[in-house]
Amino acid sequence: MLGWLLGELAGLFEWFLEDVYGAAMGLLAEVLGVPMLGYPYMQRAYLAAVCVAVIGPLVGTFLVHREISMISDTLAHTAFAGVAVGLFLNATFELSLSPLLTAFIVAVVTALLVELLVEHAGAYTDTSLAIVLTGGFAVGSILITATDGGIAVGIDAYLFGSLATVSKGDVGRLVFMCVFVGGLVTLAYRPLLYVTFDATAARAVRLGVRRYKRLMVVLTALVVVSAMQIMGVILVAAMLVVPVATAALVARSFKHSILLAILAAEFAAIAGVTLSYVYGIAAGGSIVVAAIAVYTVVLIVRKLPADASLRALNPSNRRQAGRSRDVLEADGGDEQQ
Amino acid sequence: MTTETATERHPADPIISVNEVSFRYGERPVLEDVSIDVEPGTFLGLVGPNGSGKSTLLELMLGLKRPDTGSVTLFGDRAHEFDDGKRVGYVAQNVTETARDMPVTVREAVTMGRYPHRLVGRFSRADRRAIEDAMDRVGITDLASRRVGRLSGGQRQRVFIARALASEADLLVLDEPTVGVDAESREEFYHLLHTLNATGLTVILIEHDIGVVTTYATEIACLNRRLYFDGDPDEFVSTDTLAAAYGTDQHVIHHDH
Repeated sequence: MLGWLLGELAGLFEWFLEDVYGAAMGLLAEVLGVPMLGYPYMQRAYLAAVCVAVIGPLVGTFLVHREISMISDTLAHTAFAGVAVGLFLNATFELSLSPLLTAFIVAVVTALLVELLVEHAGAYTDTSLAIVLTGGFAVGSILITATDGGIAVGIDAYLFGSLATVSKGDVGRLVFMCVFVGGLVTLAYRPLLYVTFDATAARAVRLGVRRYKRLMVVLTALVVVSAMQIMGVILVAAMLVVPVATAALVARSFKHSILLAILAAEFAAIAGVTLSYVYGIAAGGSIVVAAIAVYTVVLIVRKLPADASLRALNPSNRRQAGRSRDVLEADGGDEQQ
Repeated sequence: MTTETATERHPADPIISVNEVSFRYGERPVLEDVSIDVEPGTFLGLVGPNGSGKSTLLELMLGLKRPDTGSVTLFGDRAHEFDDGKRVGYVAQNVTETARDMPVTVREAVTMGRYPHRLVGRFSRADRRAIEDAMDRVGITDLASRRVGRLSGGQRQRVFIARALASEADLLVLDEPTVGVDAESREEFYHLLHTLNATGLTVILIEHDIGVVTTYATEIACLNRRLYFDGDPDEFVSTDTLAAAYGTDQHVIHHDH
């Protein structure tokens, strides 16, 4: 029954990917005269990047404002250990596990362990997270060098991310994660917001704070592992942090900040993937640089006086300038702390 | 669970009952043999020197910590098992520093007061009315769309009070709420608490400024590991409890209004 359902879903997704999304992108390629939009592997890359740019800031918004965004970097590095565990087990016991599966398991288990330790110790500390981060990466590097021949191949793809290796299955998994993570955050939005804003009061009013803190780190693990393939272990945390920081500069409310963070991330993702193809450069790095560029532009534009930002309007920064003016009106032009 | 005791509770039973409670962090005793009841309608001011265990007592009262010995009941339930979050409003010590950069609006923060009533699903008309009424009562309706992090300390305090009012809590607990708030706003803030208390809300707060708290509270508890005093504010001012609890060279800084 489950197998049949999964088969149906896979079929449906394939139909969507080729006949709906693929056809639409093909049409777009013809209309715009941009052939790369017509290549199936680029279509997959764009869709994957678009999904990453939804789930990254969605979960990252809660982490950044709880001031625990370091956890995403930590879990990404332990996910690398998870990849190494998968490759090691495969080589040693002649299994054919997906390294991503072991990465998911290791990252989720680490997330819960870190959270349990925090429940006892009281707070996240830079030191303890740094120990877990480097420890995870160290175990990963040991397992990789301890594995017989040939396995260093493909490690670069996990470290720095790669668009060329995005398969149909990968895109399917990312679309599923988008729906799954999006659904969970929507269902748990209120307790997650309360815990992020004022954890002590949330405990006092019996909101089940531990449960939601655990949910938050497990979601983070799912997101970093999902995004790792494109962004790379080392850079994936940027997708959970930079667009959120951008949005926080100008957002009018928390919900608005989530929306703006996703928009900023989408812009960075699409620009990054495009630059990556055009110049043959790393996609993860291009996306992060694009995200930081958006952050910088927003930071500069909102510092300008209102009339100066009006004069500075041109097609490339109209949206940021418009946002900035809204905020200046909304809060009377207070300086950001 | 002790819910049967809750349903059989006499209306005049204490909201909080602390019985012979001791608490220590590791080897360091924080509270020793503290007993205190908080009756409905009380405005209790908790005073005492730094490190005297005031915040710990507050956390024990709310069931956020469990005593080493003794017992605490909250609305008739054992405090740590109490689960009706709707009845409690809590304003943490550092709200003037909380979420400075977090883009949460006043309305979003006050709306959180309804979360214990409705964790998922659409808010009802009653929910929305409670939120509007709460903002109106503390006078922040015109700030509704401002970001909490961009308000003054005094304005921010009122946001957190409104959050408790929106939940229609019976008990409001505040841990040094006026730290970082200017003197004028502090007076207004106490006046607001006094008004809310007069309408039946039970208030417990920790305050380092003994002058202001003895002016507005209906009951003072003076703590320094042990409970030195529990009773009428005027009596507290006229006795030498303060010197006993703080050491010798302390005196009340009088507020003349």
